[in-house]
Amino acid sequence: MSALVWAAVILVGGAGSVLRFYVDGLVSAASGRDFPYGTLAVNLSGAVVLGLLAGLALGHDAALLAGTAAVGSYTTFSTWMLETQRLTEERQHRRAAANIAVSMVLGVAAAALGRLIGGAL
Amino acid sequence: MPDAVGDSQAGPAAPPRRVRPRARPVPPRADAQTIIAIFAGGALGTVARAALAEAFPHAATAWPWPTFAVNIVACLLLGYFVTRLQERLPLSSYRRPLLGTGVCGGLSTFSTMQVEVWQMLSAHAYALAACYTMASIAAGYAALHLATALVRRVPVRRVSVRTGGARR
Repeated sequence: MSALVWAAVILVGGAGSVLRFYVDGLVSAASGRDFPYGTLAVNLSGAVVLGLLAGLALGHDAALLAGTAAVGSYTTFSTWMLETQRLTEERQHRRAAANIAVSMVLGVAAAALGRLIGGAL
Repeated sequence: MPDAVGDSQAGPAAPPRRVRPRARPVPPRADAQTIIAIFAGGALGTVARAALAEAFPHAATAWPWPTFAVNIVACLLLGYFVTRLQERLPLSSYRRPLLGTGVCGGLSTFSTMQVEVWQMLSAHAYALAACYTMASIAAGYAALHLATALVRRVPVRRVSVRTGGARR
């Protein structure tokens, strides 16, 4: 593992986070504030891409950069939980439960779909 | 943020509004400072997560400790940062992007968890997949809730009066 790879992890990780900020903002602006669609869109699109990468059988460094660094930093678990917890605080229990269930079910489906596409490539 | 969405509080006698054009998605407006803060925080969080994942590789049917750990720690940190920044500290333009969107967002990952769960399912490790999913959500939620509650236990300091050099 070279220093060059880790320098790339730093740059790619930063870029993935900035991309998340923009995609989240765009989707949230288009869909309103009642439900955290922005984070959902980020996480589902990231799950598809990571599933696809898993199907490609990349080398170690390529998998680290494209998967762990890029897609890993693009998606977020903590914001998903924050938004769920804040929905619960506002007594929006149904939306909080939906946020968990929809993200998990569609997230695994998205990963499986990506894997299918990646395997076919 | 745009004003044309989510305004459903029309009065009782509101006329039907249907000619209003749909709000076009507006990209979030961000200055260079915000973007640099997200980039720097995201880079830091990502390196920490990648280093942990490299140091502790695991089989597809073993408990993914690195992912589990970073996700729970990120929830703890995010609950602390966001609550403190929103409810305790004066407004800051770069702290939330740096610490919340950047560090916690980069440290935690949703996609890796989903792929791990999918791999468990395709290896017929159904109990492991169910336990991992439920433990991640329960622990992540609890960590966020705990950090939020801890910050709120500290009373708000009313006003910090700057006395222009005069010491107490």
